[in-house]
Amino acid sequence: ERGCSSVKDKDRGERGCSNEPRKKPVPLHEQTVKDEKGRYQRFHGAFTGGFSAGYFNTVGTKEGWAPSTFVSSRQQKAEKHNARPQDFMDEEDFGEHGIAPSEISTSQEFTSSRRDATREKARAVSAQAAVIPGDTLLEELIAPARSSIGVELLKRMGWKEGQGVGPRVKRKAGRQQTGSRLYGCVLPPAGSEDSEGEDEDEFAPEDVTFAPKDVTPVDFNPRLGVQGLGYRSLDPGLALMGRRDPEHMDLFRPQSETRSRLFGDKRGCRRGGVAGQAFGVGALEDDDDEEVYHRDSLSRYDTVLGGEEPGDGLYGWTAPQQYTKKRDKSKDASYLGKILEGFTLAQNPAEDHPIFPPPSLPRDYRPVHRFRPTLDASALSGVSPALAEALRVSKGHMVPEEPEHGGRHQLDSGQRRTLLGEDALQGPSSVMELLKPEDRQRLLSMRSSSNTSSTKTSQDAMPLWAGPPAEGGAASEDLRQQQEALTVWTGVQTSSQTFRPFEQNPSKQARYELYLNRLKQGDRGACGLEQSLDPGMTEWERSRERDEFVRASILYRPSSSTLTSRFTRAQGQEAEAGLEASRDQEGDVDDKQAAVNMKLFGKLTRETFEWHPDKLLCKRFNIPDPYTRYTHTHTHTQTHRYKHTHTHTHTDTHTHTNTHRYTHTHTHRYTHTYKHTQIHTHTHTQIHTHAYRHTHTHTHTHRYTHTYKYTHTHTHRYTHTHAYRHTHTHTHTHTDTHTHTNTHRYTHTHRYTHTHAYRHRHTRTHTHTHRYTHTHAYRHRHTHTHTHTHRYTHTYKHTKIHTQIHTHIQTHTDTHTHTHRYTHTHAYRHRHTHTHTHTHRYTYTQIHTYIHVHTYTHRHTHTDTHTYNVSCEYFYVNI
Amino acid sequence: MSFPQPRPQAPQLPKHLLRTIDCQQGAVRAVRFNADGNYLLSCGSDKSLKLWSVSRGTLLKTYSGHGYEVLDADGSYDNSQLCSCSSDKSLILWDVATAQVTRKLRGHAGKVNCVQFNEEATVILSGSLDGTVRCWDTRSRRFEPIQVLDEARDSVSSLKVVQHELLTGSVDGRVRRYDLRMGELHVDFVSSPITCVCFSQDGQCTLSSSLDSTVRLLDKSTGEMLGEFTGHKMKGYKLDCCLSAKDTHVLSCSEDGHVYCWDLVEGSLSLKLPVGKAVVQSLSFHPTETCLLTAMEGRVQVWGSAGGS
Repeated sequence: ERGCSSVKDKDRGERGCSNEPRKKPVPLHEQTVKDEKGRYQRFHGAFTGGFSAGYFNTVGTKEGWAPSTFVSSRQQKAEKHNARPQDFMDEEDFGEHGIAPSEISTSQEFTSSRRDATREKARAVSAQAAVIPGDTLLEELIAPARSSIGVELLKRMGWKEGQGVGPRVKRKAGRQQTGSRLYGCVLPPAGSEDSEGEDEDEFAPEDVTFAPKDVTPVDFNPRLGVQGLGYRSLDPGLALMGRRDPEHMDLFRPQSETRSRLFGDKRGCRRGGVAGQAFGVGALEDDDDEEVYHRDSLSRYDTVLGGEEPGDGLYGWTAPQQYTKKRDKSKDASYLGKILEGFTLAQNPAEDHPIFPPPSLPRDYRPVHRFRPTLDASALSGVSPALAEALRVSKGHMVPEEPEHGGRHQLDSGQRRTLLGEDALQGPSSVMELLKPEDRQRLLSMRSSSNTSSTKTSQDAMPLWAGPPAEGGAASEDLRQQQEALTVWTGVQTSSQTFRPFEQNPSKQARYELYLNRLKQGDRGACGLEQSLDPGMTEWERSRERDEFVRASILYRPSSSTLTSRFTRAQGQEAEAGLEASRDQEGDVDDKQAAVNMKLFGKLTRETFEWHPDKLLCKRFNIPDPYTRYTHTHTHTQTHRYKHTHTHTHTDTHTHTNTHRYTHTHTHRYTHTYKHTQIHTHTHTQIHTHAYRHTHTHTHTHRYTHTYKYTHTHTHRYTHTHAYRHTHTHTHTHTDTHTHTNTHRYTHTHRYTHTHAYRHRHTRTHTHTHRYTHTHAYRHRHTHTHTHTHRYTHTYKHTKIHTQIHTHIQTHTDTHTHTHRYTHTHAYRHRHTHTHTHTHRYTYTQIHTYIHVHTYTHRHTHTDTHTYNVSCEYFYVNI
Repeated sequence: MSFPQPRPQAPQLPKHLLRTIDCQQGAVRAVRFNADGNYLLSCGSDKSLKLWSVSRGTLLKTYSGHGYEVLDADGSYDNSQLCSCSSDKSLILWDVATAQVTRKLRGHAGKVNCVQFNEEATVILSGSLDGTVRCWDTRSRRFEPIQVLDEARDSVSSLKVVQHELLTGSVDGRVRRYDLRMGELHVDFVSSPITCVCFSQDGQCTLSSSLDSTVRLLDKSTGEMLGEFTGHKMKGYKLDCCLSAKDTHVLSCSEDGHVYCWDLVEGSLSLKLPVGKAVVQSLSFHPTETCLLTAMEGRVQVWGSAGGS
C-alpha cells in the first residue's frame, strides 16, 4: 500500500503541474510499483515490506529450483550438501527489511550494556499498556542474567559497577560523588583548588586507594546537520518514554531516573508525550496540576552564597570544613550555563596580553613625508653637455648647492672618519691592491673595454626625464639601463640580422629601429629616445614604450660574446630568418648550430618530445596506443584478516614420447562490458599463433601436496598519486621445475607514500616483513604445448551496507566455484580431463575509506610469442 | 687436421652496368624497387608512373592519372597496390594489375615530395612541401588523413617507415623520428637542409644526406654521429642516398654524374660509379641482392656485381 500510495501521489502531483483535467484514477490492478533498479514489484504482504519475494513468491528462479543431481553411491560418494537457510534467500531477504538482514553487528556476547535504540522504542510503546503504565520499571529492576563479556572481564579484574576503569589512585574518595547545583553568577576563585588538595590529603588516609572516577568520554560526533552549534533536536526518548532532561541543570552527571522513579519521585516520572514550555500539557497527561508554562522556580536556585551544600547532602550545613570545601571543577562550568556538545572548558585561563598604548605624537608632527632630491653637484661635471642641456631644458630640478647632510647614516666611513678626526687606516684599501700588477692591469683593461661607461654611469645618478622628484630612485635605475644600452649599441655596425622584438607591430618596430640607430650613432640616451617615440601617444604610453625599448635594446644586444665570435652563422639561417621562431628557440638554434659545426652530434642536437599518435594510426600500425591514462587518487585504511587453508593433492603420471608440430592461428577478440551498476561481464578470447617444435620424451610422476596457511594482517594506508609509464618487453621462456609443499606465513606491513610527478618520480617507503618457508619436494622439467579451455564460473555475493560517514561495514560471502576442465589433446591422443571444484568461503571485515586519484600511463611493448587459448568469462554480481 | 676457415666473401659492389632502360616518360624523377626487388617503378615528369621488370627490362604497366610530374612512388608488400605522389598535391593509390586509380588523396597544400606505405600497407605516409606529413588510411573510405604531423618547419623532403617508426627529413635541417610505440618524437638537428633519409637494415642507424654535400650516419637511439661521408656534390638538388642490402656500404647520388659508394665502417670511398654526365636524380638499392638502380635524365640504369646476371 505504501508504494502504491506514493505512486498515486506522484501521479497527482504531475497532473497538478501540467494543469490537465483530472483523469480517472488508475484502478488498483493497473497500478505498478518499481523498485530502485526499475524492476516491477508485485505486492505480497505487509510483513515483507509489501512486496513479493523470490520468483512469484517462490524460492528460486524462473526455471524453478534445481534439485541436486543424483549421484550413484556405488561409484562415488555423494557429496554432502549442507544447505543453509540463507541459500534460499534472495537479496531482499538479506536487505534491511528482509527476514535475515545481513549487517555486521556485534553479537550479544560482545555488546556493551548500551541499549539498542529500536528495541528501546518498542519497549517504550509496549510499556504504555503495561501494568504500571509509562514505565519499564520491572525490566529495569530485573537485571539481565547475562552481562556482556567486557563487563565480565572487568568484573573479574576487580571492577565494580559505578567505578571508573584504570589503576586505583590515592585520592579523595568523595570526589566523584560530588554533585553540583546551579550557583549564583559569581565564579568561584580558580586558584583555591591546590590548597584544597592539601586539605583533602590530610583528610584521606594515606594507605587507602580509590577507584578512579567514572568519566564519560568526550563524544566526538561529527556534525551531520546544518543546525548551529549546540542545537539539539527534539529527543524522541522524551516524547515516548516520558523522560526529560534532569530537572536540575547539571551538565555532567545526570540524575538516575530509575532511582527517582523507583522511589516515587513525581517530578522525574512523567507519562509519554511531548512536554515543555512550548507544548503545554498533552492529552495523555493526567497531572494537570503541574506547573506547565514556567517550571523554573526559585527553589531550584541557591539563595545563600558561600556555604553551599555538598552534592550528596549527607552532612548539610554541619559538614566538616574539609568536606564542604570539596569542589568539583564542574562548578565553573555550571556558571556558564550550558556547554556545547563536544566542547570542554579550558583548563588554563586565557593569557592576558598586555596592551600598549600608542605613542604620543609630538605636536609638530606631520604625517606626510617629502623626499628631497639628492643630487650631487660634483657629478654634473661627468655629464655630457648635451645631457646637462637636456636636463636643464626638461625641468629645473638640479640643485646646484651641496645638499645638506641627511644625518650620520648618509655618511660613508671616510666622511665619518674626517668628522671624528681619525687617521686613515693603514694597509690595502681595495682588493685590487692585493693583486699582482699584471693581473690588475689585465682586469682593468677588461673592465674598461667591456664596461666603461656603466661604471661611469653609476656616478651619474641623475634623473633623466621630467618626473616627480619622488621617482628619483627609479629614474636613476632607468638611466643606468639606458646607459648600458648605449654602451652596448654604440659603434655597432648595422646588421640586418638583429632581432626584431616588435615585429607584430610594424610602426612600433620602426620606432624601435629608429631608437637603435640613434644608439648606434652614439646619441646619448634621452633626446634620442624621446625623439624616437611617437609624440601622439599619451604620457603613460610613452613611458611604457620607453621602458620597453630600453629593455629590449639591452636584452637583444648585438652578439659580441666570445662564443658567437668563434662560430660563423650557417647558410641555413638565412632561410630560417623568415620563419617565425620564438626568442628562446632562436638561441637554441645557435647552440645547436655550434654543436653541428663542431660535429658534436648527440645530446646537443637531439631533442625528444612527447608525441601522441592518433589512436587509429596505432591501430593501423598494429601497436598499442602508448598513451592510455587513468587518474585515481585513493586513501585506504584497511584492516584485513584472512585465514585460508587449502589442501591440494595431485597425483599425475605421464609418459610421453611426442613429436609435435603445432601451428596456431589467432584472432584476438576482446569484449569488455562494464556496467557501473556493478555487474561486470568480461569476455576475453585470445588466440595466438605459434610455431613450436617439441621433441620430448619424458616420464614423470607428480605428487603435489599443497598446504597453505595464510594469516594476513594488513594495515594499509595509501595515498597514491601515480603517473606511470610502463614499458614492458616480455620474453618468456619457461622451464618449470616445481612441485612443492609450502607453508607460508606472511605478515605484511605496508606503508606507501607515493608522490609521482610528471614522468617517473616515485617516492616510496615500503616496509615488508615476509616470512617464507618453501620446501620443494619434487623436480620436474617439461615443455608442453597444450590447448587449454578454462571455464571459470565465479559467483560472488557481496553484501554492503553503507553509512553516510563513509564507513563501510561489509560482509562478503564469496562462493567461488571454479570448474576447470582441461582438455589436452596431443597428436598421440592423450586426453586428460581434470575437474577441479573449489569452494571458497571468505568472511571479511573491512573498513574502507577510499579516495582514489590514480594517474596511470601504461605503455606496454610486448614482443611475445606465446601459446595460449584462453577463454575467460567473468560474471560478477554484487548484491 | 682442420681446414682453415674460408675467407669471408668481400662485399660486392654494383660495378657493372647490366641494363639501361629508356623510360620514355620525360625525366625520371625517382626510381624505386618494389618490395621483393623483381620490379622497378619509375616516376616520370610526364605525369606517368611505369612498372618495369628488372630482369628483362620490359615495360609492364603504365599508370597515368596524375596531373603533374610524379615525384615518388612505393609498392605494397604484397605487390597488389602502388602509391605515388605528384606535384599536383595529390597522392594516388593504384591497383597494380588493372592500373586503375583505387583512391586519389588530396589534402596537401603543396607538392608531395615523398610517399611510403607502412609495412602492412594499411597506411600511406606522404611528406610534402607544405611541411606536413599526412597519414592516410587505406582501409577505410575516409578521404581525410588519420593524422597530420606538422612538426616540420619547412618542406618534408624524404620519409621512411620501418615497423613502428617514421623517419622524416626536412628542409629545415632536422631529421625527425616518430616512434609510435613509445609515443615520442626525436628531432636531430643537422643544420643543412635534408634531402634524403634512410633507416639502416638493422634498424639501429639513420642515414641522412643534406645539402652541405655530406651524408651522415647517426645512431638512432642517441643521435650521435657514427659516420660522415663526403666527397660527392649535393648542393641544390634533392638527391637520394641509401645503404646497401647488407648495410656494408653507403651510396649517394651526386650532381657530378656519379654514384658515390663508401664503406660504412671505414668511411672511405669504395666506388665512384660513373653514371653519366648529368645529375644522378635517384637511386634505389635492391632489398636483398647487390643490385642498384640509378636514374639520370630519362634513363634508368641497372647495375650489378660482376657475377650478376
